[in-house]
Amino acid sequence: MTIRVNGEPLEVAAPITISALLADLKIDPRLVAVEHNLVVIKRDKYDAVVINDGDEIEIVNFVGGG
Amino acid sequence: MKLVIADKTFNSRLIVGTGKYPSHQIMAEAHRASGTEMVTVAVRRVDLSDRSAESLLGYIDRSKIFLLPNTAGCYTAEDAIRTARLGREVGLSNWVKLEVIGDERTLFPDNIALLEATHVLVREGFVVLPYTNDDPIVCRKLEEAGAAAVMPLGAPIGSGLGIQNPNNIAIICDQARVPVIVDAGVGTASDAAIAMELGADAVLMNTAIALAKDPVAMATAMKLAVEAGRLAYGAGRIARRPYASASSPDDGTIAALSTTLSSGPRGAQ
Repeated sequence: MTIRVNGEPLEVAAPITISALLADLKIDPRLVAVEHNLVVIKRDKYDAVVINDGDEIEIVNFVGGG
Repeated sequence: MKLVIADKTFNSRLIVGTGKYPSHQIMAEAHRASGTEMVTVAVRRVDLSDRSAESLLGYIDRSKIFLLPNTAGCYTAEDAIRTARLGREVGLSNWVKLEVIGDERTLFPDNIALLEATHVLVREGFVVLPYTNDDPIVCRKLEEAGAAAVMPLGAPIGSGLGIQNPNNIAIICDQARVPVIVDAGVGTASDAAIAMELGADAVLMNTAIALAKDPVAMATAMKLAVEAGRLAYGAGRIARRPYASASSPDDGTIAALSTTLSSGPRGAQ
């Protein structure tokens, strides 16, 4: 199945939790926020929320800014 | 008197950005030199193709410095609201520097969308610090919408032009019942001092420090300028007057010469 992560298509074998996706992408969950189909997901729900085919994921962090 | 915004108290009235520095290391040194206790950060997509970039957060001492996420780069109320919600999850605080930009060239705020987003985020429990035009009426409406502070611009972001409309800034400071933070447009220390002399509660800047030839020295200059400007504001400046007013007494001067020195006596020779 194909999901979109930060605007780019990504192939994953099967529905996947946010925790598993972040682990696959080697992203420290403490440094980011995740939006699933326009809904911000609290960190303690990363194990529970499952990403399905066609879902849109945004993963953001803090960068320098004014 | 310390700076109080919402439920937080700050010893420093200088708020500093984290963008455009030559390096994270220089940024950290500049932050230390500035004495700042609050820095802004932007919320951006994680770069999935390059995971090598060092985290900015490793260079910010969060025991001393509070993180203020911004919504820079957002051109609609919806995007700004989404970005604010994401920033809250990354930083685990409900504070946001709210920007809704109206135009790429000027980066001036879209005040209508800004007001709309302020209403929504205040309802969601955010401490909203909106970046706005130097317009006293818009500032009043933002305050009425529940903004915790108002942040009128001194000049366009990154322009270094200094305070372009000091009278408006003074009116905003006079009328506001929430802290006024002059945000954007500062070029050098005197600009920051002027903002504070006009009655601002704080000044926020990024480019003026980050792109100075010596960011750490400029950060020190800004710290002193903000302190000097605040002291001068509290001290109460003298009234402006068109003509001179002698500082030395009029009485007791020696007898005035009636002739010029070249034709008169030159003393004992």
